[in-house]
Amino acid sequence: MSHSVPSHPQMDVQVERKFVPKQKDLGADVTWAKINKDVLKSLEKPRPVFWVIFFSALALFSFGVYCEVYQYQNGMGVSDLNNPQVWGLYIATFIFWIGMGHSGTLLSALLHIIHADWRKPIYRYSEAMTTFTLLTAALFVLVHMGRLWQFYYVVAYPNERWTWPNFTSPLVWDATAIGTYLTSSLLFLYMGMIPDLAICRDNARGARRALYRFLSMGWQGTDRQWANFKVAYMTMACFLMPLAVSVHSIVSTDFAVSQNPGWHVTSFPPYFVLGALYSGCSGIITLFIVLRYVFRFEAYMTQPILNKLIKMTFAIAMVWTYLDLIEYATTWYGSDEVAKADLVYRATGDYALQFWGMIFCAMVMPFTLLIRFVRTNYTTLLIISLILNVGMWLERFQIITPTFAKSHYPWLWTAGWWPSWVQWGIVAGSFGWFTMLFMLYCKIFPSVSMYEVKEMVHEQNMEEKAHATQAEVHEAGLLPEMEGGQA
Amino acid sequence: MSLSNLIQNWNSFRTRRPYEGQYDEAPYKWAMVIDLDSCIGCNACTVACYAENNLPVVGKERFGKGQAMHWIRIERYWGADEAKATEFPERGAEYLPMLCQQCEAAPCEPVCPVGATHHSPDGLNTQVYNRCVGSRYCSANCPYKVRYFNWWNYPDQAWPNPLELQLNPDVTVRSKGVMEKCTFCVQRLRAGMDKAKTEGRILADGEVLTACAQACPTSAITFGNWADKKSKVARMWKNQQVNLAKNSQEKSEEGIRGYRILEDLNTYPSIVYLERLRNLEA
Repeated sequence: MSHSVPSHPQMDVQVERKFVPKQKDLGADVTWAKINKDVLKSLEKPRPVFWVIFFSALALFSFGVYCEVYQYQNGMGVSDLNNPQVWGLYIATFIFWIGMGHSGTLLSALLHIIHADWRKPIYRYSEAMTTFTLLTAALFVLVHMGRLWQFYYVVAYPNERWTWPNFTSPLVWDATAIGTYLTSSLLFLYMGMIPDLAICRDNARGARRALYRFLSMGWQGTDRQWANFKVAYMTMACFLMPLAVSVHSIVSTDFAVSQNPGWHVTSFPPYFVLGALYSGCSGIITLFIVLRYVFRFEAYMTQPILNKLIKMTFAIAMVWTYLDLIEYATTWYGSDEVAKADLVYRATGDYALQFWGMIFCAMVMPFTLLIRFVRTNYTTLLIISLILNVGMWLERFQIITPTFAKSHYPWLWTAGWWPSWVQWGIVAGSFGWFTMLFMLYCKIFPSVSMYEVKEMVHEQNMEEKAHATQAEVHEAGLLPEMEGGQA
Repeated sequence: MSLSNLIQNWNSFRTRRPYEGQYDEAPYKWAMVIDLDSCIGCNACTVACYAENNLPVVGKERFGKGQAMHWIRIERYWGADEAKATEFPERGAEYLPMLCQQCEAAPCEPVCPVGATHHSPDGLNTQVYNRCVGSRYCSANCPYKVRYFNWWNYPDQAWPNPLELQLNPDVTVRSKGVMEKCTFCVQRLRAGMDKAKTEGRILADGEVLTACAQACPTSAITFGNWADKKSKVARMWKNQQVNLAKNSQEKSEEGIRGYRILEDLNTYPSIVYLERLRNLEA
């Protein structure tokens, strides 16, 4: 609209007010020098709790490795998987980890594209979370394979016999999509880190200095480097965005393409993507609180930022709830009697506890985020965010197990199948593996983006200055004519 | 496949089964008829299959865990009405031999990530052990759940010395981590087809039988070449008014017993079952 609104003094005042945030994302005392100092400190000596977390994770991971070696030596039978229950916890947890990764990309790429600046202090660790959750998910693909030593058959590699993978199989789409996603999110994480690695290089000694020097690729912060960097980073963000949507859609086709009751659902791709964003967002909240405490990032991981994160999580949780309910509704009112029976079995059968647990943890618990106390009390919020993710894990469990327990063929209806300790051990080990990698990452690389927080501080200062001068001008009654576009 | 082709022929893509018309001229299409009225549930077919195809005996504990390897299994159901009708509830036992249905549009085939299971021109749903990576997607997608996974390394355990001497040399012994299933005794079929080819003819009806059909004491299992319209199996399909290419069958009169299991899932199975008949008054 080109014709301008007639200028009106009172209206201008309203516009003014709208642009003054109640509370700034970062405190006024955050200066550029302080940012460097604080973030670099996280690479040195952490709180003792860091080592507690790290070694607990290492212990869990070691147990997981033991279970996997045991399974490798003896065969998949030790996991107590059997004829109808061929997938079990491995695939359920695989979907869980793939899903966890999505919000990292949402935060780092989508919010970057739409210039939501509050993401800047927290996107780096979220992106790292994406990378490591994908690495964890990839582990499950291997763990689940009967002959994991032949895993490369699934990859389209040139060979003298011209045998290719079967391109109609969703598992091949999976392998391709996850491979692409892992590579690009790793690149994206690394690329965004380069200016910070240069800061680390300038402040480190010995072997670390050599490492950072190698990784920062001669970054000097010249105008030309910055210009190229910005373009490349934005391009990568645009490339990553559709990828994040496609990956979990493809994972959902593992189920939607098959003809099992409860899986053969058209709405699965958006349902899975939203579920992924949901569990990822609560994962980011968990890590937010952990990192804030362990590395003393209180000045950067502030309450206003957390509040925005929680709002986003709540919105996503509601959309997910809606999609979940319409999935049940379409099954209930549909003509597929077997799928309907399967739905009833899920809610009332052997796995009803898991089903209602999911409903409680993932559908009811997000409403606690509306309470101010939950949002501001970090311990409570930590527990709530973990409960949300337990709910999302249960959701994946109850997609897989009841469908196998009661599918089309009645002779194989099995009651009360339960995974063996080997499966649980490997699942626990995966949590150890993720935490261990993530903690190591935060110890070696800056988990808060220094240069972007500096940008944020700069912009915040500029904004304040502008407001201050405008307020002065306004008070003096010397308000200049506003441009039409500003209203 | 161009986009315009896709749009124009959308309906046919949705309804046409894979391989339709592709193997019409093929000399062989293996099929089976199982008469449930003749089946007495003696398990001779299962035993014959174990012997012929080197199936491992898994033991009581693993069987209880659902890790059995029977390519053909006898399922026992209880006909409720019949059990009540007399003082002998055992009469209510109904048996159904379940084996791979060798579907023409097999749900297991498109989902295998490495193409280890595929369709052969003679209508078999084959499994390539060397290619299998053990993702178990085929089993997950099989509505009949007749695919069996090697949960354990049976070559080490199932045939302690000297039992390995009784293994069939024509059949691979499968290692841990691969999927296996009923092959319609493909080793017998291939040997017979090769012999017939050398002699410049096609196999005569009944010249090659699967182990289960051979062992059945009541001849409940009829196996043969469906492409040969004079074969017993083809005539039975015709008499029972079962059309291979349809997902629901229309019978001209009542009392025709032939049906295929779960055919409304568009799997186009190659096995026709004949319904069981019982006179409750007797």
